[in-house]
Amino acid sequence: MTTTAPEAGRSPARERPGPRRRPLTLRRRESRAGLALVAPTLLVVAAVIGIPIVWTVVLAFQRVRLATLRRSGLFGEFTLSNFDRVLHTPGFAETLWTTLLYSLGGTFGSIVIGVVAALVVRRPFRGRTLVRASMLLPYVAPVVAVAFVWQVMLDPQLGIVNDWGQRFLGWDAPIPFLSQDSTALWTVIAFEAWRYFPFAFLFLLARLQAVPVDLEEAARVDGATPTQRFRHILLPQLMPVIVLLAVLRFIMTFNKFDDVYLLTGGSAGTEVVSVRVYQFLTARTDVGAAAAQAVVLAVVLIAFVAIYLRFFTARREA
Amino acid sequence: MDRDRLETVSLRWLRRLVIAAFLVVTVLPFWYMLVLSVRPIERLLLDPGSLWVPVSEFTVATYAEVLKAAEDGGQGFLTFIRNSGLVALAATALTLVVAIPGAYAVARLRFFGRRQVNALFLAVYLFPSIVIAIPLFVVFTRVGLRGSLFGLVLVYISQTLPVSVYMLKNYFETIPVSLEESAAIDGAGRLGIIRRVSLPLAAPSIMAVALYDFMIAWNEFLFALLFLVDKPNRWTVSLGLSLLSDGVEVPKTVLMAGSVILTLPIVILFFASERLLTEGLTSGAEKG
Repeated sequence: MTTTAPEAGRSPARERPGPRRRPLTLRRRESRAGLALVAPTLLVVAAVIGIPIVWTVVLAFQRVRLATLRRSGLFGEFTLSNFDRVLHTPGFAETLWTTLLYSLGGTFGSIVIGVVAALVVRRPFRGRTLVRASMLLPYVAPVVAVAFVWQVMLDPQLGIVNDWGQRFLGWDAPIPFLSQDSTALWTVIAFEAWRYFPFAFLFLLARLQAVPVDLEEAARVDGATPTQRFRHILLPQLMPVIVLLAVLRFIMTFNKFDDVYLLTGGSAGTEVVSVRVYQFLTARTDVGAAAAQAVVLAVVLIAFVAIYLRFFTARREA
Repeated sequence: MDRDRLETVSLRWLRRLVIAAFLVVTVLPFWYMLVLSVRPIERLLLDPGSLWVPVSEFTVATYAEVLKAAEDGGQGFLTFIRNSGLVALAATALTLVVAIPGAYAVARLRFFGRRQVNALFLAVYLFPSIVIAIPLFVVFTRVGLRGSLFGLVLVYISQTLPVSVYMLKNYFETIPVSLEESAAIDGAGRLGIIRRVSLPLAAPSIMAVALYDFMIAWNEFLFALLFLVDKPNRWTVSLGLSLLSDGVEVPKTVLMAGSVILTLPIVILFFASERLLTEGLTSGAEKG
């Protein structure tokens, strides 16, 4: 390793007597400093994330209601009745199925749009910075605001979509996108794809710009057309990022609460698991059932991700 | 015309078309929000398809209604803005105080369990927030922190900390070790090195993380809904806006004015720091 002298001027001039230490002690000092520095972070994570996760599991096996909360102890009797209640409340299977469709649709949509977006702004053109910034707008804007804009735009009476649809596309009657079963889930998925394609776009664009120019140039000289270059040069380069994005987006969409809750409130066949957990917690004030439902969510999610990773790593080795 | 030429020409046009489509799809909703917020509701009902405000229709009465305090017949958004701002700033500051040393340690120092810590942050980041929400809801109800902004700040740290550590770690890793070593040889202690070498070099990325945290906290909705719903004077802008729509006959134009108020600070922050943010978020992504 090299030592660059120029920076020395900025470092403190405090002279310590005899900084000579044996390598072992230096290493131990480093280890100790590392633990000391990371300790606050770990403590906070344990306090606001670790303990709550464990506690949810504990609550899932207890009979707890909001009304009895102040009196009940931490470790009461354990029971399986919460899971029984959760599994047998009407709509359990439908909710899981909806969540799965919603997550798959949202993930697929956001990645496909993200790839297209990354491809079109890859090369410099006038106004590129502005276009790139606008493409990130849906992602950075507050969810409550964008959900309301979508609601108003899709509104059957005063929404611009139905107005234009009737005027220019010849629709016979306004379509209540968010309140009829046949369109609500698709609309929510479209919202998800719209709001999160920038996330995929950012990562894909960063990867695209790291693809060596020579590689494409060589393919062009060899007579590969643009689509062939995409198929055989760019896509293989993007694949690892796409695979990673698919896992990330799937997990995040699977857990999503805000978007569905704000757009439809879970009505018209769009109830996803986290909205259901919220209903158990607030409308029914059944903390135990809510926790059990949340545990089911986490377990199903972990199972899906495990299968996906397994399948993918297996295919890669083959 | 051969295939290569055909593809090149048609793709060139397709590209322009697609860029235009992207602009429409991403910007139009925000433009629509802005237009609606300055139109009277009666006019909107007559002509819902307009994307322009005639000067004669222009009104800011919607904003007045949204911002005025509840006692004066408004929706009290000024209070909400203050609440949101306080909570977001506090959460950002606390997150950074905890995340910077942690990220530095994970990036630079070899200590027992370093790799596990690394994995832990990713796992925690991806864990469903509704799972965390239930026990926090229970605890806060018990100790009386429900309805307090301080409690909310604590919860927001759980949302911002993992991603902040991850982003900062990626950046600290790009700082050449030799710089720190030369400082060490000159007799700087570990904290001295962090303060005088690493932090100044990481300043842009710390700024990016701070902005990102602020946005997360400002935009957050679920926890605000769970913890603050009974205390109208503590509502954040997101929560206030979402409950506005449940209210008795609040016109959509007023709702849009509220949406603009909620969105504007974020959009301004974002455009002011777009480059910083984009690079901060994906630094390290090109490793594949």
